[in-house]
Amino acid sequence: MAKKYDINEVEVWDGNYAASQALRQAQVDVVAAYPITPSTPVVENYGNYVANGYIDGEYVMVESEHAAMSGCIGAAASGGRVATATSSQGFALMAEVLYQASGMRLPIVLVVVNRALASPLNVRGDHADMYLGRDSGWIQIDAFNAEEAYDLTLCAFRIGEHMSVRLPVMVHQDGFITSHTAQNIHPLSDEAAYKFVGDYKGVDDMLDFSKPVTYGAQTEEDWHFEHKAKQHKALMDSRTVIDGVFAEYGKLTGRNYKRVESYMMEDAEVAVVGLGSTVETLRVAAKQLREEEGIKVGIVAPRCFRPFAFDEMADALSGVKAIAVLDRSSPGGAMGAFFNEVSAAVLSSANRPLVTNFIYGLGGRDFSIQEAKRIIREQKAHADAGHITTQIQQFSGLRGPKLGFFEAKRS
Amino acid sequence: MAITSIKNLKEFSTNNDRFEGAHTLCPGCAHSMIVRELMNCTDDNLVIAANTGCLEVSTAVYPFTSWDTSWIHIGFENAATAVTGSEAMYRARKKKGTLKDPNAPVKFVAFGGDGSTYDIGFQWLSGAMERGHDFTYICLDNENYANTGGQRSSSTPIGATTSTAQAGSASYGKKEKKKDIVAIMAAHGAPYVAQLAPNKWKSMAKGFQTALETEGPCFINTVSACCTEWRFDPKDTIHITDLATDTLMFPIYEIINGHELNILYRPKNVVPVEEYLNAQGRYKHLFKPENKHVIEKIQSDINEYWDKLQRREEARI
Ligand SMILES: Cc1ncc(C[n+]2csc(CCOP(=O)(O)OP(=O)(O)O)c2C)c(N)n1
Ligand code: SF4
Ligand SMILES: [Mg+2]
Repeated sequence: MAKKYDINEVEVWDGNYAASQALRQAQVDVVAAYPITPSTPVVENYGNYVANGYIDGEYVMVESEHAAMSGCIGAAASGGRVATATSSQGFALMAEVLYQASGMRLPIVLVVVNRALASPLNVRGDHADMYLGRDSGWIQIDAFNAEEAYDLTLCAFRIGEHMSVRLPVMVHQDGFITSHTAQNIHPLSDEAAYKFVGDYKGVDDMLDFSKPVTYGAQTEEDWHFEHKAKQHKALMDSRTVIDGVFAEYGKLTGRNYKRVESYMMEDAEVAVVGLGSTVETLRVAAKQLREEEGIKVGIVAPRCFRPFAFDEMADALSGVKAIAVLDRSSPGGAMGAFFNEVSAAVLSSANRPLVTNFIYGLGGRDFSIQEAKRIIREQKAHADAGHITTQIQQFSGLRGPKLGFFEAKRS
Repeated sequence: MAITSIKNLKEFSTNNDRFEGAHTLCPGCAHSMIVRELMNCTDDNLVIAANTGCLEVSTAVYPFTSWDTSWIHIGFENAATAVTGSEAMYRARKKKGTLKDPNAPVKFVAFGGDGSTYDIGFQWLSGAMERGHDFTYICLDNENYANTGGQRSSSTPIGATTSTAQAGSASYGKKEKKKDIVAIMAAHGAPYVAQLAPNKWKSMAKGFQTALETEGPCFINTVSACCTEWRFDPKDTIHITDLATDTLMFPIYEIINGHELNILYRPKNVVPVEEYLNAQGRYKHLFKPENKHVIEKIQSDINEYWDKLQRREEARI
């Protein structure tokens, strides 16, 4: 039996430590992992629990991230709880097998500590890796700070392992800003955390020899489409399960999560939509600007990057005149991917706000409260003018001359 | 321990198989012989992983499966990791008492073609061997990427023509020597490593049983004659394999604990390699006068390697 871990009502943990504690409390059966900055401490901390008898499960240190996810798949198909962690290049190396994990409907939990993708090599946080996962068929939940990383990692097991979901879940946090910044955290006791997560229930267990199972079959044009459609439907249907798990967790902790988090949106005239730790910066800026300049600004952020909360996003933004959507990933010759998704959502409502796109914070470039305020003021200017007064896509916080694309056409 | 006695051919042919005859491998493909033999040599439960390749695409096309046992395929390179992930889960659940039948004996086996074993999955295999999981990896070595139309692999012998190392007016086919995968696996310190062939089916079954019963990571390279890409008549699979073992193109031997080498088959009359080469379309061009030196090279390589194996067997190093 695993040794009992003494845990205080309030702990000072960073995001990596918080995630590793959640894995320990969930009593994961197999962790197969490979280190990479900035998620390395997740697996190091976990290794420390193993070395000191706090873990009954197996800890498999493989030779690459591709193997980490491959081992997780083999383990998850064998009827037990499975988790791992990665970042950036490791995430990219895993890409092939991410699709296989979701296609086989295996509820693996992957802690992703977001980091830029090379080249140039960069260890700091941006969302390039998170974006790379967006069509992989995983549920993607986004933590804005370390305590949320803890909470949402526990929730991830419940969501993915739910009998009507059975999908893998990523829990994202920002490299360094969240992963290496300590804050006060109010963890559950080991008993309460495990009670919330519950015993693992196997489906199509390879170690149940009374019922042989084939995993990873081939389907061509005759059946592939139906499989993928079913998988997409499962992702879409997971929305109600996510809401239920969040509600239950809220009752337990008083910390209430929603698939779309709205801040000061009740009477907002303009809004900024962002992801990750930036959301906290935006909230501070919004609060200050409301007090200092009377700008009615609100902040909207998806807690669930996947499944994308299309209708909740549209609802949250239905009353505003101007919206800035912030993408922390190099768009590669297009509008930011997140901008496109938010724009599509608002397009489905009667309101036609003015939507602009900011590319910011690549490779860990700091995103300041001052810059957030500048962006908010710009939205106010669009709203007052009744049209977009800048280019539609702008780079924020870039050195040298301003960079922007696409003029707003006024007919 | 649930070793079944080695079945005779009659028993084999009437056996209730865990690998169904209904699959889409080419008639005459040796892959199915090797797989059937593995699954027949034990009564234990099996968790099998397969890399992408002819075996996998021919045996699990939805909504059908040929596998009456736990089976998983992830990708081209990672069967060793898939099955060792399962083995890790087995250990975890055994410890925690969550297995449905904790006393059910189970063996973990991965199958890979030479493409996945020698090339793309080499790192995954090496990692799994180093970690010391209790599993057996079996390479179905047909010396080419058969599933995708016969491209070269690092197992393709010198002189063979393949679709990416072609023989032509300026080329005699593949220029590089075959990678010595058995030596590499033995160098991992694996407790049991062997090279076996389905024509010598008793020694193959015995080798499989030894691997399954040996604790730790075991590796077996099997000669798997591929009528389609080697270009011979499907009825001749065993005849070609006989030539492979009798010319010593494929010596049959095992290495225990990385150094105890035992030769498992010594041909009474060693056949000149020409006979083996001449029986397959992939070597036809070598019989042109300008390519004669390649046949000589193949023969001298064989002699040299056989000599080395014998000396190692004697020296026990
Ligand atoms: C990552 C990746 N690269 C390439 C392929 C294409 N591919 C599938 S099977 C195969 C060759 C298989 O050769 P081998 O392992 O020798 O097995 P065989 O079919 O010869 O039994 C190739 C190149 C793939 N499926 N995945
Ligand atoms: S191509 Fe070769 S290996 Fe593939 S099924 Fe046919 S005979 Fe077997
Ligand atoms: Mg092959």
